[in-house]
Amino acid sequence: MNTKDGIGTSLTRKESLDKVSGRVIYGGDNMTPQMLYAAQKTSPHAHAKIIKIDTEKAKGMKGIKAIFTGDDYKDNLGLYLCDKPPVARNVVRHYGEVVAAVVADTYANATAAADAIAVEYEVMKPILSPLEALSDDAYTIHEEMGSYSHIKPIHPEPGTNVANRTKIRKGNPTEAFKSAHVTIETFVEIPPGDHVAMEPRVAIAEIKKTGYVHILSSTQAPFVVKGLMHQFFGIDQGKIIVKAPLIGGGFGGKAGIQLEGLAYLLSQKVGGRPVKLVNTREEDLTGSPGHIGLQAKIKIAADAEGKIMGMDMDYYFNSGAYADYAVNVSRAAAISCTGPYYVPNIRCDSMCVYTNMPFATAYRGFGHIEMSFAVERAMDELANALKMDPLELRIKNGIKPHDTTPVQSVLNESTGDIIKCFEEVGAMLGGDIGATQQLENNTVRVKGVTGLWKAPAMPTNTDAGAILTFNSDGSCNLNTGVVEIGQGTKTGLAQIVSERLGIPVDKVHVVMEVDTSVSPSDWATAASRGLMMAGMATLEACEDAENQIKEIASAVLRVPKRDLKVDGERVFVPDEPKIGLNLSEVVLGYVYPNGNAIYGQVIGSGKYIAKHLTDLDPETGEGHPDLEWTLGAEGVEIEVNLNTGKYKILKAVCCIDVGKVISPALARGQIVGGMAMGMGYTTMEGFTFNDRGQVTNGVLRDYKIMRYGDEPEYQVKFLETPQQDGPYGARGLGEQSVIGMPGAIANALSRAVGKGMNQIPLTPEKVWKTSMEVKR
Amino acid sequence: MIHYSGNVSIQLNVNREIHEVVVMPQDTLLRVMREKIGYTGPKAGCENGDCGACTVLMDGKPVKACLMLAVEAVGKEVLTVEGLEDTEIQKAFISEGGFQCGFCTAGFLMNAFALLETNPDADEAEKKDWLSANLCRCTGYEGIEKALTLAQKRIQEKNNNKR
Ligand code: FES
Ligand code: FES
Repeated sequence: MNTKDGIGTSLTRKESLDKVSGRVIYGGDNMTPQMLYAAQKTSPHAHAKIIKIDTEKAKGMKGIKAIFTGDDYKDNLGLYLCDKPPVARNVVRHYGEVVAAVVADTYANATAAADAIAVEYEVMKPILSPLEALSDDAYTIHEEMGSYSHIKPIHPEPGTNVANRTKIRKGNPTEAFKSAHVTIETFVEIPPGDHVAMEPRVAIAEIKKTGYVHILSSTQAPFVVKGLMHQFFGIDQGKIIVKAPLIGGGFGGKAGIQLEGLAYLLSQKVGGRPVKLVNTREEDLTGSPGHIGLQAKIKIAADAEGKIMGMDMDYYFNSGAYADYAVNVSRAAAISCTGPYYVPNIRCDSMCVYTNMPFATAYRGFGHIEMSFAVERAMDELANALKMDPLELRIKNGIKPHDTTPVQSVLNESTGDIIKCFEEVGAMLGGDIGATQQLENNTVRVKGVTGLWKAPAMPTNTDAGAILTFNSDGSCNLNTGVVEIGQGTKTGLAQIVSERLGIPVDKVHVVMEVDTSVSPSDWATAASRGLMMAGMATLEACEDAENQIKEIASAVLRVPKRDLKVDGERVFVPDEPKIGLNLSEVVLGYVYPNGNAIYGQVIGSGKYIAKHLTDLDPETGEGHPDLEWTLGAEGVEIEVNLNTGKYKILKAVCCIDVGKVISPALARGQIVGGMAMGMGYTTMEGFTFNDRGQVTNGVLRDYKIMRYGDEPEYQVKFLETPQQDGPYGARGLGEQSVIGMPGAIANALSRAVGKGMNQIPLTPEKVWKTSMEVKR
Repeated sequence: MIHYSGNVSIQLNVNREIHEVVVMPQDTLLRVMREKIGYTGPKAGCENGDCGACTVLMDGKPVKACLMLAVEAVGKEVLTVEGLEDTEIQKAFISEGGFQCGFCTAGFLMNAFALLETNPDADEAEKKDWLSANLCRCTGYEGIEKALTLAQKRIQEKNNNKR
């Protein structure tokens, strides 16, 4: 084992030098002389009939090759529920929806023509919240829902605006509420918003004469794109080649299928020539999907000691105009609807509801950040009602191995230790979580804590693969289907190879780009499962390669295979190390001094598929959809000026049980990045709308995200309860730290103003208003 | 004032080399560098002046290339991330985790590099003033802050040794 680079050491990312030199080629950096350029025209209305699209003028403009409108393609596309035309057909369902696309010789000519297209609308009243969409007099946003095809685990309710409903029924909640010592009820709201990955989405599509379809896309899920391109357009699977270069941030926003379908249709319109479709930032914000919104009602029943007896919950997720991943986001939230607490009696309906708002896809945390906000606000309300320390209440109810989850699966020993996480977070914040410290100038210092948990929400047959080939110097090449979106998984996987085969990490070359025609299949770089699943596949590939190396060496050295060891770039007999060969002598086959050669090259292969996962029972939610659980706790300390509402997050802390930490620096980077995203989400983000449903902050100048200097002091601790079926005991950690921030911040601010702050974003203005209300 | 109309041939000095390009007067410096000269290091994150991913130096000062016209750069020295070589700030970005996906990195590097060139003794407030012009969605800024601090320390040490 090569300890220098192995598991547990912090390495810099493999692609570092290229990243600081401007030498990484992202999707949008690809330009060839053959390429044509597309521009999109979007709707200024949230809900309107399209009366007429006049393309006459645009058609005659310079360099125009094709114009595409809703009538050009009669079918719908959709990840889980086929509800979305590639560009709006007859009706516009959200602000920013694409109504036409233009292909031209240059991007400038394409945009000029897009501007010249005249669209006549009949503007209609939009539906702007899930509860409004569920009211009796709400119109149905998707009249044709009954005819949409969809995957089995989701349950649309045609004739209503419910795109999916997941029911959780456990124990006897009615009884629990009847016999409870205290019950509390709370209502929270989160607006839809955006991932704001710094790289806007891009797709380049080309159809060759041979029928091969080449797609280069800023996608986290090239294999999902491949599968869906087959499903939508009937292209042979083997003829779809999807390439994912390095991605400029994903956060779930690039995990489904997005611009690829339209880029393909546009290419088709111009005889298969390569067409490059890049979102402007504005199109990326409101035309492509963002993060989901939520309204939720939560009730908790507890006994006098603060033990939770039951929970009753309605989650109304705001899918926006189309379902995309949202129907699975609402389902994922149902699976973990109680937060990381043991609750014996549950009723929960988690709904994915259509509105006339920009639609939602996966977002870091996948339903858990929203669910957690609701639960953690309720937990603090419960602590207030019980006059109990908020941390103590959480420790008392924290879920443990052998407890059952809301879907009645049983947690195993691999589950993290949330109690210890709570204690660590308490300690990092200096204890006394429920206290309000008065400073001068009507300024107070307050703390807030939350617990968090997450299991990946993914198909029951989620897979990964790894192929290991070698070079004549004994170095190796690792090829997996994991996309590098900034998370550093490729480097982590190289570390796993280095550890397992004793090859220095510099000599473990990783194939950075994913190409579905040469990379082994891999469901998607999402759900924080890349390192765990591709890691297991990589370990198996190493084992396979090691076995082959030993086989060659055994013949050459005339020793039994079992007496050999591979380490330090050699294969040798441990108690007689002189008997051995350099890897460089065997990995491409061994050549005897007289020129005879044997065996041929070593090719290691490995695979992984999730085991024993099942779908949920449609009536009770019972099932085993949860592969592994990552648990943690978070907290903040905030200084609030009650005169102005202005506040500063001084400290943000996180303790998370990630199993084995493969690379501490990369792991910390993921945790801190997630915390920052959660802080922005809570304090300043989210779309704002006027009453016509138009997004009033649809540009980056107005859609605020955290800037340099906004960051607090970050403190991160890892616990390492091993994941027994993870590589070296590791499990997923890419998303979790975003989850607890909204609750922690809201709990602290609620304490500061003396009233529940339940509507994200918690702007200084809201803090000020609420504190004024309380004073009066 | 020089007047341009129609296709014009101009000379741009980018990364210490003269490039002869034909542009339209309304073409931005960002698009001309990326599409006509081949410097794709500067990124288009918004083309609206809001994200800083396109930041380059013009005569040593950071500018947002999406808000500049290519013709405005005539007669100036433009430096992109491709023109940085082995600088303290690049090294510190690697060792301190100043990036994850790397899409914002070119902009941050150019801005931070210019800051340390202009004012190697910048205090926290000045640093914030400069670097809040750029957005990063991945790092939570912790690594960027650490990298800036380290590069600044190294540069100050070098300067002290010179004195
Ligand atoms: S691309 Fe220039 S500031 Fe965003
Ligand atoms: S590293 Fe991804 S945006 Fe900064």
